[in-house]
Amino acid sequence: MGGHEFLIISVLKRALVAGTPLLLGTLGEIYAERSGVMNLGVEGMMAIGAVSGFGVALATGNPWLGLIAAAAFGAILSLVHAFVSITLKSNQIVSGLAITMLGLGISGLWGKAYIGIPLTTKFETVKIPILSKIPYIGEILFNQDPLFYISVITAIVMWFILFKTEVGINIRSVGENPLAADAMGVNVYRTRYICVIIGGALAGIAGAHLSLAYIPSWIEGMTGGRGWIVIALTIFALWNPLRAMLGAYLFGGIYVLQYLLQPLGIPPNILLMFPYLATLLVLLVSAQETFKKRIGAPKSLGEPYEKEKK
Amino acid sequence: MKIKVERRGEISPKKRFAYLIFSLIIGFLIGGLIFLFKGINPFYALQKIFVGSFGSIYGWKETITKAIPLMLCGIGLSLAFKGKFWNIGADGQLLFGAVLATWIALSLGKTYPAFVVLPLMFVGGFISGAFWGIIPAIMKIKLGINEVITTLMLNYIAEQFVQYLVYGPWKGKTQYGFPYTDNFSSSATLPVIKGTRIHYPTLIIGIILAVLIYIFIMKTKIGYEIRVIGENPEAAKYAGINFLKTTIIMMAISGGIAGIAGVGEVAGIHHHLTVPQQISSGYGYTAIIVAWLARLNPLVVILSSIFFGGILVGGDTIQTSMGLPFATINIFNGLILISVISINFFLEYKISIKR
Amino acid sequence: MKRRKDLTLHSQGGKKIELLEMKGIYKKFPGVIANDNVNLEVKGGEIHALLGENGAGKTTLMNILYGIYQPDGGEIYINGKKVNIRSPRDAIELGIGMVHQHFMLIPTHTVAENICLGFKEAPFFYPTRVIEERIHDFTDRYGLKINPKAKIWQLSAGEQQRVEIIKTLLRGASLLILDEPTSVLTPQETKELFTILKKLVEEGHSVIFITHKLEEVMEISDRVTVLRKGKVVATVRTKDTNKKELARMMVGREVIFKLEREKIERGEEVLKVKDLFVENDRGLMAIKGVSFSVHKNEIFGIAGVAGNGQRELVEAITGLRKVKRGKVEILNVDVTNSSPKRIGDIGVAHIPEERIRFGIVPNLSVYENAVLRDYYHEPFSKGLFLNHHYIKEHSKKLVKEFSIDTPSIDTPVKLLSGGNIQKLILAREISTKSNLIIAAHPTYGLDVAATEYIRKLLLKKREEGAAILLVSEDLEEIFELSDRIAVIFEGKFMGIVPREKANLQDIGLMMAGSKRLEERNED
Repeated sequence: MGGHEFLIISVLKRALVAGTPLLLGTLGEIYAERSGVMNLGVEGMMAIGAVSGFGVALATGNPWLGLIAAAAFGAILSLVHAFVSITLKSNQIVSGLAITMLGLGISGLWGKAYIGIPLTTKFETVKIPILSKIPYIGEILFNQDPLFYISVITAIVMWFILFKTEVGINIRSVGENPLAADAMGVNVYRTRYICVIIGGALAGIAGAHLSLAYIPSWIEGMTGGRGWIVIALTIFALWNPLRAMLGAYLFGGIYVLQYLLQPLGIPPNILLMFPYLATLLVLLVSAQETFKKRIGAPKSLGEPYEKEKK
Repeated sequence: MKIKVERRGEISPKKRFAYLIFSLIIGFLIGGLIFLFKGINPFYALQKIFVGSFGSIYGWKETITKAIPLMLCGIGLSLAFKGKFWNIGADGQLLFGAVLATWIALSLGKTYPAFVVLPLMFVGGFISGAFWGIIPAIMKIKLGINEVITTLMLNYIAEQFVQYLVYGPWKGKTQYGFPYTDNFSSSATLPVIKGTRIHYPTLIIGIILAVLIYIFIMKTKIGYEIRVIGENPEAAKYAGINFLKTTIIMMAISGGIAGIAGVGEVAGIHHHLTVPQQISSGYGYTAIIVAWLARLNPLVVILSSIFFGGILVGGDTIQTSMGLPFATINIFNGLILISVISINFFLEYKISIKR
Repeated sequence: MKRRKDLTLHSQGGKKIELLEMKGIYKKFPGVIANDNVNLEVKGGEIHALLGENGAGKTTLMNILYGIYQPDGGEIYINGKKVNIRSPRDAIELGIGMVHQHFMLIPTHTVAENICLGFKEAPFFYPTRVIEERIHDFTDRYGLKINPKAKIWQLSAGEQQRVEIIKTLLRGASLLILDEPTSVLTPQETKELFTILKKLVEEGHSVIFITHKLEEVMEISDRVTVLRKGKVVATVRTKDTNKKELARMMVGREVIFKLEREKIERGEEVLKVKDLFVENDRGLMAIKGVSFSVHKNEIFGIAGVAGNGQRELVEAITGLRKVKRGKVEILNVDVTNSSPKRIGDIGVAHIPEERIRFGIVPNLSVYENAVLRDYYHEPFSKGLFLNHHYIKEHSKKLVKEFSIDTPSIDTPVKLLSGGNIQKLILAREISTKSNLIIAAHPTYGLDVAATEYIRKLLLKKREEGAAILLVSEDLEEIFELSDRIAVIFEGKFMGIVPREKANLQDIGLMMAGSKRLEERNED
């Protein structure tokens, strides 16, 4: 393979890796928002997933245990948000921000002990037999870390559940018109709790990917605003798990672009702005598209459900 | 056994205040558990924090110093939140204010006297912060784009911009390679109360702004429009209120006041521009709680900003005397905020248990 | 094949309700007792009307039966056995189905998806496919024609109601509760509905029919229970009573009301609409070439089932929606696409369709709401500042003049009753703007006292020289108040008739789009 081809393959490969935590976070947020709950705590949940995943992997020598821990901690944090937003019917934006502060604070405290410690038990790439031998595509798609494969499968499964099953109808209906869903015997609160917790678990796993595969180590502030980018990607994905893949990998590409452009002499800080500028661009594009396609956010997004509102 | 939840009617201010204090106490107690995890007696730790911030003259000096940017950002946020515009970008607006003020200081500081340079810095800081605040306002009204994300992204962009400046073109020639700009000359430096770091001109501006913004919200036409937009945007539309004009004015003021906080930090505390973490120190985020705790009343922000100033000083205390990272303070901030909004539930609803 | 038919009949057999009893039901909300020791008895195979004016407690009672609300006291018995209905799921399980006044449908989903919502018997995978087949069964059996793949927002109100009925029947409902079902139907669709109900009853179903319309009670019900202010007045067999008696039971005094509408010579033109084309939120044309005018001393009523463009028309005239083509002139000033403020300044009052959503700011006080449309005028404000003193004085005056029941002018307006909120809106609008009054569904959901007050007020303003544009689904109201009646259907006026020449049958046909009067310049 020539030098150029090698570069392109390497770029695409890295883009998919960079996009994986974004995809995982977005998938979780899509389910939460589809059920009507806005979860602005993703950044905090990612952080706590990153630190807990790293810590447990370090202690046990097993990254998979770290992964489970990350999912669990993300879920616990999201449970707090769920309780405050759903049962206590509080302002979901403020609750989400508080959760993020909490998550960032806890991870900062917990992670202090891990700064500078290398991780020998990270997620190694797994070559899928036969498929990875396909020229070009094989190297890009089938020679990645396990979380990449898990995230893609999860995306497809979540899409299928959302649009082709009874459970998906119920979830989407709760987000569009919780009163109607309630009147038809769907438990609105339970549905929302489950979706938010799924969101939290996935956000935790996304964080674990950062500390166990992508970087991999623990650095304070390593989530770098990805949680917020996830919120933007959810809109860009038009709340569809398949389209989320498009957004996530596109963004993964932006992260890779930062490195590619370094030798060009552009000041490094300007390059670091790229993901955030790109997010703004993505939002601008989405604004046009939701208008044209007349697909919007789930109607009850952000509004607490009151059972006996007269 | 059945648990019944029903809405209450009107709620008295006294009750609200009592519940507020209660929620703060709960927040602190839960936060205290963190100390337990690290093997430190929570009551000892909490006591150290409070004594450190409010128990000595030195403590109070530092508390007031930290309260100044919190007060300013808090006032700006109370205005934006009244209009239900979730301005999470106070940090970035603060930084932008600091940037333009720095430019004025470095360009004019040596040639013009203080009574020219300092007011110019404040005005410039306001305009610069206002600019950074108007961008998400336009994006929201014209394109319907969620302002939480836009203001946040602008924070990150502002951070990188400041990094770029202090490591790059504005790097001080006299700073031995550290990421600082050159120090400001005396005409670009704010006076402080003797023996403290309290740059009182900014403090005075803060208190004056608290009163002005309160009057603005409650007594002016635009204040009324902002409140209507915040409480019921559909009714605002029906009343013919111009969303674009009103929101831009609101965010210009909100961002501008945060910008003034930035001026205070560079001209009053650091006397140069440096890395964003030092300048904004997360004030923009803490100010969210400051404003929320004050129930969006700018006059009460004066008090809640002092309270949180004390908490931030406490963050320094636990860092130096207990070896805990400063980020620990975020845990308290988050817990207090959750406490406050959770306890609010009990204000609005009555729980009764039936057999 | 066999399995499908089995499921439908089996659920029916298992849940047949021969006797429903609600005993001593008590339900309280903050500030009001909605149901006070209510007893209701419904037998299998009967159509039982639940009659009362708005606010009498009918919907609350049925929401309790359907498990949406929990009663504070009282018990429910089905076939003699006590039951505990904690949620709609329990109600559905017991064989109770409800068609709400505001449909519980999701506009962006298809008919099949809506029917699948929360349906326990639907398969996990590809549920809509199975349901689509079952829907055809129903079409054949009850004449409920519907396209399962259509999106709800594409359907008419009558069709949406059919979806709601199918939803309940598919879940094996034996007792159907219908809450004000005819409020969104044309007279013809109402006849069709009654036919369907009679058929259901023949098969052994029972129906509870909530309504405030005496006509319908007499026509369709076997027995009727009358509620007033949360209490049961009486339960009688329909053939043993008449409209007058029912009215007396419903309202507590002799006759509802007779409004005096004097014959007045109408004055000059105030509102002129020419060839108006207006788009709705989906980009489809909601108003397709409407022209008419409204004069001083005249009430121009627009009749029609909701969703035929009335909302867009009113929004276009009041400056809340852009006009695609055509002109709107008020007092000879071209106000096409002007701002609501400018139109208000010409003296146009707008009483909005959804009063709480658009007409008030619930968390602000009464006096702050009283100036929602005038705050920027002197003397309500001066320069940058509001003149609080004047605003409060003005509010006190309005509260007194219009008998608005409120603890004070500082009370948050959300604590007021619906009738008083509407009175406040009317007071605010009419006191400063009286050239053109646009009233959209002004008495919707209000009790008889408030309704009477508002209708009398509109007639008074008409005498005083106002031009009034009235939009209402309530035909009785249209007939009572209007000098001329226009019928709107799918964005066009099917005809404009003077009140004296209008008859219910023609109007009904026009509402359904089946008749059209020639364009005689009825200026």
